[in-house]
Amino acid sequence: MSGGKRLSRQTWQYDKDIRILGSAVSVGPKEGEGPLADQFDKIHDSLYCGRDSWEKAERQLLEDAIQLALQKSNRVQDEIDVILAGDLLNQTITSNFAASKMQIPFIGMFGACSTSMETLSMAAALVDAGFSRYTMAACSSHNASAERQFRYPTEYGGQKPESAQWTVTGAGGAVVGRGTTGPCITHATIGKVIDMGIKNPFELGPAMAPAAADTLSTHFRDLGRSPQDYDLIVTGDLARIGYKILIDLMNDLDYDIAPVYNDCGIMIYSEDQEVFSGASGCASSAVVTYSHIVNGLNQGKWNRVLVCATGALFSPVSYQQGESIPCIAHAVALERKGDDM
Amino acid sequence: MAGSSTRQQIQLQIQQEKYKQLSKKYVPRPRYFYNVFKAFMVGGFICMLGQGIQNLYIAFFGFTEKTAGNPTVATLIFISVLLTGLGVYDRIGQWAGAGSAVPVTGFANSVASAALEHRSEGYVLGVGGNMFKLAGSVIVFGVVAAFLAALLKTLIQLFLGGVS
Repeated sequence: MSGGKRLSRQTWQYDKDIRILGSAVSVGPKEGEGPLADQFDKIHDSLYCGRDSWEKAERQLLEDAIQLALQKSNRVQDEIDVILAGDLLNQTITSNFAASKMQIPFIGMFGACSTSMETLSMAAALVDAGFSRYTMAACSSHNASAERQFRYPTEYGGQKPESAQWTVTGAGGAVVGRGTTGPCITHATIGKVIDMGIKNPFELGPAMAPAAADTLSTHFRDLGRSPQDYDLIVTGDLARIGYKILIDLMNDLDYDIAPVYNDCGIMIYSEDQEVFSGASGCASSAVVTYSHIVNGLNQGKWNRVLVCATGALFSPVSYQQGESIPCIAHAVALERKGDDM
Repeated sequence: MAGSSTRQQIQLQIQQEKYKQLSKKYVPRPRYFYNVFKAFMVGGFICMLGQGIQNLYIAFFGFTEKTAGNPTVATLIFISVLLTGLGVYDRIGQWAGAGSAVPVTGFANSVASAALEHRSEGYVLGVGGNMFKLAGSVIVFGVVAAFLAALLKTLIQLFLGGVS
């Protein structure tokens, strides 16, 4: 059986039977009040998720997602050869501590909010290359732990502008392997770091939109596809402002994505939930992809979906020192294939 | 070689500048007048509350106008810290902006919220070490500003005092 193929410097093609065998998400209370609530596997009714600190709460979410994904894929812990996980906290402590509990060989990854597709694309590559039979891809974010690390204490009464975004409290996990059920992972386009000089950490959507445009246009060019070849194209967390910018940037490149395009950061909350311009965080794309999109593909709602997770690769130190925000986007193409194929 | 890389850098800078201008069109402008109005109303309300408390202390507890200041401030701080602990002050702050940040209640909120946040790292390194994380700069620049004002006052008195 032939392995994956390098289509270009950035785009990979996987063997046809590499699939998401099972995926699950666990979220906090605010996400549980959103429009996608009925798709989530577990909803915690407290931001503490039954633990005594924000960091432990985030770990709980990640552990939930991993365990539930295992159950749904009908695999046991010992069958997973490697877990690829990441989060937003310093030294990716959420993933490290969760992995220490699981005792599965672990590769920690960081791609800020693009971690969901970074881990998924690598998981599929490891399976395709034969290094791993079943790989777990997972990531998490927590509103309060992210606020504390990147901004101010959670109870501080500072005013945020409308362009700010709300970090999603949640985690998602997916078991990737060869199999006959679940959406196929067909291609991945690995992004380059794009820095268009935006310095304001309250304007992450505008900062990340050019990275998404670069990855998406590369993806279409490398595969000879157009946006219309997909039933749905989503970005991770550009939110309402980045969403509009991306449509216009893609139009400038002669790609009309508007009819099939949506953003996970807009989909996860309803408009009256007071989340400024939309959602952000690793969990934004992970939670929407591993519930709503995987379910939709399994149910035949869509046949081909492109998920482009966007990440802002900055730290509190870098922006306080006046550096601009480097951004990245990784895209993964998912396809519905019947069990008989 | 060096020439081409400098040219690339300049090109990138031009692109970045263009993109910054472009993105500005999409980012909604802060509603300055609305924000200023809200800040004025809430800030004014907090000061009015303070005045009311001060009058109470004078009328019922035998304080004078001079001595009522300290218990009044302490009461406002207590209310602010309580609201911070109950998770209400940050919501007021999002609505009121500078209106709830500038008065003494905002200062109390910045100290209390930092203390709460870092409680999980212990009392000494967590609470003690981080309590003034946000308030620290207010204290530093407050002291510097007070020093400069006092210096100015002394100098003026020295020169004008000599004349009269």
